[in-house]
Amino acid sequence: MAAIELSGVVKRFGSITAVDGLDLEVPEGICLGLLGPNGAGKSTTMRLLTGQAIADSGRLRVLDYELPGQSKPARAEMGVVPQLDNLDVDVTVEDNLAVYARLYRVKDVGAAVDRGLDLARLRERRRDAVDKLSGGMRRRLLLARGLLHEPKLVLLDEPTVGLDPQIRTELWTLIGDLKARGTTILMSTHYIEEAERLADEVAVMHHGRVISRGRPAELISKHAGTHTAEIYAPPQRLTELRADAEGAGLRVRAAGPAIAIVGSERAGDGLVPDDAVVRAATLEDVFVLLTGEEAE
Amino acid sequence: MSASTAPRRMRRLEPAAIAGVMSREVANFRTYWKGTTFSSVLEPIVYLLAFGLGLGATLVDEVEGVPYIQFVGTGMVATAVIFSSALPSMFGTFVKHRFQNTYEAILAAPVDVEELVSAEMIWIAGRSAVYGCVPLIVTFFWGLDPAPGMLLVPLFCFVTALGFSGFGVAMAATVAKIDQFNYVTALFVTPLFLVAGTFFPISGLPEGVQVVAQINPLHQLVELVRGGAFGFEVVDLARFAFLVCFALLTWRVAVSRMRSRLID
Repeated sequence: MAAIELSGVVKRFGSITAVDGLDLEVPEGICLGLLGPNGAGKSTTMRLLTGQAIADSGRLRVLDYELPGQSKPARAEMGVVPQLDNLDVDVTVEDNLAVYARLYRVKDVGAAVDRGLDLARLRERRRDAVDKLSGGMRRRLLLARGLLHEPKLVLLDEPTVGLDPQIRTELWTLIGDLKARGTTILMSTHYIEEAERLADEVAVMHHGRVISRGRPAELISKHAGTHTAEIYAPPQRLTELRADAEGAGLRVRAAGPAIAIVGSERAGDGLVPDDAVVRAATLEDVFVLLTGEEAE
Repeated sequence: MSASTAPRRMRRLEPAAIAGVMSREVANFRTYWKGTTFSSVLEPIVYLLAFGLGLGATLVDEVEGVPYIQFVGTGMVATAVIFSSALPSMFGTFVKHRFQNTYEAILAAPVDVEELVSAEMIWIAGRSAVYGCVPLIVTFFWGLDPAPGMLLVPLFCFVTALGFSGFGVAMAATVAKIDQFNYVTALFVTPLFLVAGTFFPISGLPEGVQVVAQINPLHQLVELVRGGAFGFEVVDLARFAFLVCFALLTWRVAVSRMRSRLID
């Protein structure tokens, strides 16, 4: 059984089609990274899965429940970690957890709170108000709050957006532990490194639909080959090199002040200058080639 | 294995969901109860003293056979109810929805909009039922005799406050900006408060206004509280039924407005 099955899902907001015929299946026990630029439809997809948006058409099935009709019992078995910090800032850490343990109908609220405190590594701060915590602590608490009821499926909506690298690494460790326990995870992100590091499979989303999906290595091999050559040169020279490479059927993308010839192992003599920096192809190359957007 | 005990089929209006949302309100209330209670208690007392003692000592001795301060004291119950229900529900709902994203988190749990709105209304109404009794208790110090009918005053306050908290939630789900509550206050809250029969009997108003006052829930509450203090009449049953209908109506409107706000 797949934990999530979406087929032909469409969601419009007036004249804007946020999700456009989305087909997505998430097997049990994997971490699927939903990678896409801003506006790709990732957050709308998350809202559809929590019943906070209703699809205009298509079929949604989560943990064997049909949505939106059976959204409520489905939500009882899934955990959600939102993009925005919506903790109750004046309330203590333990009360924040206790409220959500009750909302999730956890039988032993005290045990769930203790579990949450351990997960967030905040046992010593349990009686402190949330606004006394650092940004990293608050993020850990937000994650723990979504896992209090030991859900079968966890939706992580841009879990590390706007965080500094140290906090991001901390959260990645926590998410890695969750993954190791076999919990199914759907994680939307626009950070390439996050998807590469945590996701078993990546689905690249653009304009409301999945345009490619696979294991990171498979996606790289399929779309970007093995090597990418980054070339730094004056703009005029870059324009010439780009035209030559594209003329030879190679794919070229902007890379800040440089250009990157993707799949440079297939380049004929003279197409890649000797001073080019040749490196292994990455998921970032795939992302930029598929979406046309700069990666973060 | 999941630690949740939620069944695969879940009903509408589950007590566990409503209690869960209310437990969040209680947790928050513990952090700000002093300020809210101070203003909710002091404001009606100030009105009571200003009008009851001020006017009572200088211009009005008795109204409908009742000392003026007792007339105002029993009427002030309604003022305490509207100010502790309509305003907190308007502002509280707006802030939780627009600024704190609280509802997004709650609705990601197994709670639906109907349960969320019901819990918010019940919580506000419960608080108002307590705050609403304060003016009555204060009036005891100015000679108002306790009466058995007064035991029903918390119930009257609760039902009326349910209606006004539903009104507040519906308004919060309707306005685009928080400033627009000024219109709501000026157009609805203040006129309802002034034409409730708190400070002067409705019978002294022009006939057209008297008719309009009959559909003012605050007026019905004022009459019920005075019934509890000075003796009920048969018509009070109709007044209570009116308040129940008012609460049911605003509950459904609030649920509908919030659903359209929270669910895309």
